Amino acid sequence: MKHLLSIADLSPTEIHSLLELTDHMVEINHRPIPKVPALRGKNVVSLFFEDSTRTRTSFDTAAKRLSADTMNFAVSSSSVNKGESLRDTVETIAAMGVDAFVIRHKSSGAPQMITRWTNASIVNAGDGWHQHPTQALLDSYTIRTGLNRRDGFDGLHIAIVGDIKHSRVARSDVQAFTALGARVTLVAPPTLLPPSIALLGGHDWPVDVSYDLDAVLPDVDVLYLLRVQRERMDDALLPSLEEYSAMYGLDARRAARLAPHALVMHPGPMNRGVEMVVDPAELPGSAILNQVTNGVAVRMAVLFTLLGSGSDLRGDA
Amino acid sequence: MTRVLITGGTVLDQTGERRADVAVDPASGRVTEVGTSLAAADGDTVLDATGCYVTPGFLDLHVHLREPGKEEAETIETGSRGAALGGFTAVVAMPNTDPAQDSVAVVDFVRAQGERAGLCEVLPSGCITVGRAGQRLAPFGELAAAGVRIFTDDGNGVQDPMLMRRALEYAGPLGITLAQHCEVAALTKGAVMHEGACCSHLGLPGWPSVAEEMMVFRDIELVRLTGVPMHFLHLSTARSVALVRAAKADGLPVTAEATPHHFTLTDEMLTGYDPLFKVNPPLRTRADIDALKAGLADGTIDAIATDHAPHAPHTKEQPLDQAPPGMLGLETALALAVTELDMPLADVVAALAWKPAAIAGAADRHGRPVAAGEPANLAVFDPAHQWTVSAAGMASKSRNTPYGGREVRGKVRHTIFRGTPVVIDGAAQR
Repeated sequence: MKHLLSIADLSPTEIHSLLELTDHMVEINHRPIPKVPALRGKNVVSLFFEDSTRTRTSFDTAAKRLSADTMNFAVSSSSVNKGESLRDTVETIAAMGVDAFVIRHKSSGAPQMITRWTNASIVNAGDGWHQHPTQALLDSYTIRTGLNRRDGFDGLHIAIVGDIKHSRVARSDVQAFTALGARVTLVAPPTLLPPSIALLGGHDWPVDVSYDLDAVLPDVDVLYLLRVQRERMDDALLPSLEEYSAMYGLDARRAARLAPHALVMHPGPMNRGVEMVVDPAELPGSAILNQVTNGVAVRMAVLFTLLGSGSDLRGDA
Repeated sequence: MTRVLITGGTVLDQTGERRADVAVDPASGRVTEVGTSLAAADGDTVLDATGCYVTPGFLDLHVHLREPGKEEAETIETGSRGAALGGFTAVVAMPNTDPAQDSVAVVDFVRAQGERAGLCEVLPSGCITVGRAGQRLAPFGELAAAGVRIFTDDGNGVQDPMLMRRALEYAGPLGITLAQHCEVAALTKGAVMHEGACCSHLGLPGWPSVAEEMMVFRDIELVRLTGVPMHFLHLSTARSVALVRAAKADGLPVTAEATPHHFTLTDEMLTGYDPLFKVNPPLRTRADIDALKAGLADGTIDAIATDHAPHAPHTKEQPLDQAPPGMLGLETALALAVTELDMPLADVVAALAWKPAAIAGAADRHGRPVAAGEPANLAVFDPAHQWTVSAAGMASKSRNTPYGGREVRGKVRHTIFRGTPVVIDGAAQR
């Protein structure tokens, strides 16, 4: 594996291997000194053209725990603001000697385009509405451990609720969850579904669709809530956030109808009072902080798979 | 200057097809003789046309030459050279220059630059609204008096239906044609590609077909109301073709064009996020391609126009949503039409030559029959010649063809502009 651009590029076997390797990374993270020399001498550069705190910090932590050198390049402090092109920015930094770029960009497809301009590995840390593959891997890992499903998700029912249309998390999760065997139901008003589902019947998406969260709730093993952004009101996609919350938000009444074992997940940052009307800390099935914790281990697994060699996960740093 | 003799070819024009040699006088710029075996005299420039068709030169209704304003992407000279290599003896220059072609000064400049280049006739279009801003009518009367025959805000559709109605009414007595870029902008905010299955997977904002069709419908009804002719630029959807077909059946004075890229490429080409395939209106589906081809075959669509839209390489090296839309077209139009369209060659030539010449108001000098006394604007092409498209080999200053590496059939061998060979054996002469 040279790059991680999209979950669609991974076979189910490759997803399983990454999740198994994540087990190993979790073990490392539990050590008194959670650091191994696996990527010593490797240079991992975070190139974030869009604001992100948790993803950037998570990748940074993952790279450091594997002893890679890290460099952060945030758009606000860069020459991009002086008019430098994406290509020149990438080629300039690559010329300093980079083994992997971790890229976040508001444009769908930007990480794929960047692969043309450098020999370094590219890890997509979120591109537009398109993909956020490490999020899907950490979500899969969280379900795998939270519901004890090491062998796959056959028989699991996962509902993804909210703004599917504009969500790279939803696109990645649908691919990962279904590749692992789960049944996925998307729950959203038609205005927040991709056109191929809202208009063309969605035969090209391996999902069910529901407009009724209450009908779906009792049947799901995982309830995955997406963030709904205020900007969506401007394009007449929703009448109001209040109405969205009433129809699709998780309140105490709905939470009580979830199966006792069901997990509640969210990629963050949460909109309290919109999609999340209860305090997630009071939900027995909340896996939201586990997602964050697992994010570091999953990203260690990804970086090691792209840059590591052989068995050098053993020693201490 | 000595005579130009085109020998061994088959003449194909609106009067039919026949084996004939063609003699041209560069001094007068006219065809002097057409006959089955014209003998070359001393000093004649003899152009071999064995296996080729000799046809009226083509007229492209839709070309972006980028001058003035974006000379790093194309100039009128480099664009004219590409046109000549593609068999075009005239091109309509779109008005989205900087400054826009909304004044006599700018259209005179564009025409004069075309004359300086001397490779084809450059017919400046005029804007429908000042600065293509959709607010106030451009000075149709002044521009018409300066020779402008076709008006458009191409790149933008005229959004305001009241303004469009007034534009048609005002244009009526001037004998000019308005050409619409059909796009309801409120439905295409931020749009990058066709709205459908592909954009859903790629996570890109969609450009729905209905945004084009609504404006085609609106303008057909405005033509019905005013009786003033209207030309529809770059139709891309099956429903648009059906609307124009019905309007023509009603006897309305509407015409339409389709581009080679819209009848050869689908939205699936965007799967690799390559900005070379970004164009406006966007590449659509197989069903739309089939409808465009059927519309060309039955004459619903009058003309093949390229929407030749050069962009400097660095501007196409941006993420898809930031890269400008557009692709080169002049040097590949004939080959794509010959290779991809299942229609008689005479109909292909009609859609490239005399039909667009009539729409452009240039039928007195372009798209003429190949006959003694007619203006000698001619294309000579070999319909069987197989070749591979190469971006690097093109005359354009830009390289944004989506067809690089594609095997096609049909190549322009010679182009005669006003009696002078400007392309001989596939090479530009100036």
